Amino acid sequence: MRQILLIIIKEFKQIFRNRILLPLIFMMPIIQLLILANAATFEIKKIKLAIIDNDKSHISKNFAYKLQSGDYFKIIDYPNSIKDAEKLLETNSIDLYIYIPNNFERNLAKEHTEKIGVVVNAIDGSKAGVSFNYLLNNIASYQSELTKTFGNKINLQIAQSPKIISNDYYFWYNLNQDYKIYVVPGLLVLLITIVGIFLTAINIVREKEIGTIEQINVTPIKKIEFIIGKLLPFWLIGMFELIFGMIVARIVYHIPVLGNPLLIIGFASIYLTLVLGIGLLISTASQNQQQAVFISWFFMLIFVLLSGLFTPIENMPPLVQNITLFNPLKYFIEVIRLVMLKGSTFSDIKLQFFMTTLYSLVINSIAILVYRKSS
Amino acid sequence: MKAIIAENLSKKYQEVQAIENVSIDVNFGEIFGLIGPDGAGKTTIIRILTTLILADSGNANVNTFDVVKDYQKIRKSVGYMPGKFSLYEDLTVEENVKLFASIFNSKFEENYNLIKTIYSQIEPFKNRLAGQLSGGMKQKLALSCALIHKPKILFLDEPTTGVDAVSRKEFWEMLIDLKNQGLAILVSTPYMDEASLCDRVGLIQHGKIMQIDTPTKIVQDFKHSIFGIESNKVYTILELLRTYQNTYSCYAFGDKIHYIDKRNKFDIMDIQNFLKGNKVENFIILDNVKPTIEDCFMDLMRHQ
Repeated sequence: MRQILLIIIKEFKQIFRNRILLPLIFMMPIIQLLILANAATFEIKKIKLAIIDNDKSHISKNFAYKLQSGDYFKIIDYPNSIKDAEKLLETNSIDLYIYIPNNFERNLAKEHTEKIGVVVNAIDGSKAGVSFNYLLNNIASYQSELTKTFGNKINLQIAQSPKIISNDYYFWYNLNQDYKIYVVPGLLVLLITIVGIFLTAINIVREKEIGTIEQINVTPIKKIEFIIGKLLPFWLIGMFELIFGMIVARIVYHIPVLGNPLLIIGFASIYLTLVLGIGLLISTASQNQQQAVFISWFFMLIFVLLSGLFTPIENMPPLVQNITLFNPLKYFIEVIRLVMLKGSTFSDIKLQFFMTTLYSLVINSIAILVYRKSS
Repeated sequence: MKAIIAENLSKKYQEVQAIENVSIDVNFGEIFGLIGPDGAGKTTIIRILTTLILADSGNANVNTFDVVKDYQKIRKSVGYMPGKFSLYEDLTVEENVKLFASIFNSKFEENYNLIKTIYSQIEPFKNRLAGQLSGGMKQKLALSCALIHKPKILFLDEPTTGVDAVSRKEFWEMLIDLKNQGLAILVSTPYMDEASLCDRVGLIQHGKIMQIDTPTKIVQDFKHSIFGIESNKVYTILELLRTYQNTYSCYAFGDKIHYIDKRNKFDIMDIQNFLKGNKVENFIILDNVKPTIEDCFMDLMRHQ
């Protein structure tokens, strides 16, 4: 115990003396939460639009006016032909164009049905999807407006596309679909993962690289004491970062904490042992800090992209979904969202608890085993 | 009771035989020097004896403890100074010494006397970070840290490599002082001139110990007579002598050449005539040069 304490004191002295690391540890949560939370948004506004209006009727002009009245669409041009519209699309001047046929108004009045053409620039797939969905919503609401005006059931369709269903979206637990509420808890997880994996891996391999481990190994300190002494400071820093970040999130973004914050802290305490174990494993596998950073970065990238932080895991192909089962980030992001936004209790997150604990035991056993063998 | 006994130690790194059947013993109150060039296996021997690595075969006892079974006990009673500076550069001088004192469960103040002569020289800089010390001061700090827990046996791996001549001299004075206090010291060095400061030396080359004895005995045992040749054309003369039929060995020694003849008795004029016959004029031949450890080392290498 005394030996572990000695190493911990030494570690903290070194950390607090590090002119780059220390400010970063404190600045990172603030910067990540203040800048990234605002930058990372799925909301798309001012979609650039062109309308080929072959009808030039009162109704068609009104439709264009309605589209532009919201915040989402901005009409750039009214080209005369499809060719002109395509040119605009190719030069990236517009994101999509709408084709309104001849006799648009007459057909709606007489036949109660009409089709319009829509072409979307799909270079940015997610933007295209979102734009198209906005447009569908707009068309649907205009359709019901027309129904009122004409007194008959009006059917306004997009050519060659399934018929429009009037959707009433209702987002549970995030009523206004505020992206920040969704992303900030995830960023907190990202934060302590960075601390856990990177700082640990670099810190331990540093002793190997500069040779201090040689001197330590000839002392009566046991390897396990040394490891615990090296890891515990980062466990404490990670916990501090999480609590600090939660306070920032609460004050700046008013992120609701519907569940028990202690549940999150409790889960984090186990989660951190897992990421520290991963850091330890990386540090034993690498010979110098350069290798440690590179391996950490490799895993970090996979963990983040497959975590469900930015892309919902449900949207991934089944094979990739199975891979995410090995992603520690996934479990914590699920837990923190469930507890903060939905108010889940322990029984709701039992599975994540179990998986993380098991994972941590496995990783740490391997890490300690490999560490013992390597030196 | 011997401080260190090593018997037939062998260690292989992949394809390279680092050491082969190395046997040495070191007494308390003795400085034992492992003398040999880079890559001879000095560090490997020290790392086995300090329980950092395991030998492939052979046994070793340090302070009567087996290096494999009782490694924990050995670690309590030895001090080790690696070849590379291995203290925490972002801790101060004082913090480093105190850290190593407390790791060994001993008090800095209690053992201060043991390191006083060394530590007092760096004490004015005790609040300086270890990384900001000069090379010589780093050595002194490393030695202080290796001594602070009052070890019985001290392992020093090339402690004077890269240290200036004055600091080297000081350092050896400290070692002799420590030896007189009863410590056993195993020191490795590539510098042949440091051999005479050891009580006994082991000459090592290609992982094999060639000879173990006191430095004076090793020099006494040298049977050949050495001629020194001074010239401003050392390289040309060396090349010529290598083709000379009576050459036993010749090699550069400092700015001179050491030459040994195959014959027991011969006229010095023979060499003179040979060199002059090959159009070398400016040289002086010195008779009866006193052999040094380096000469013995060169001779032993020939027989390997």
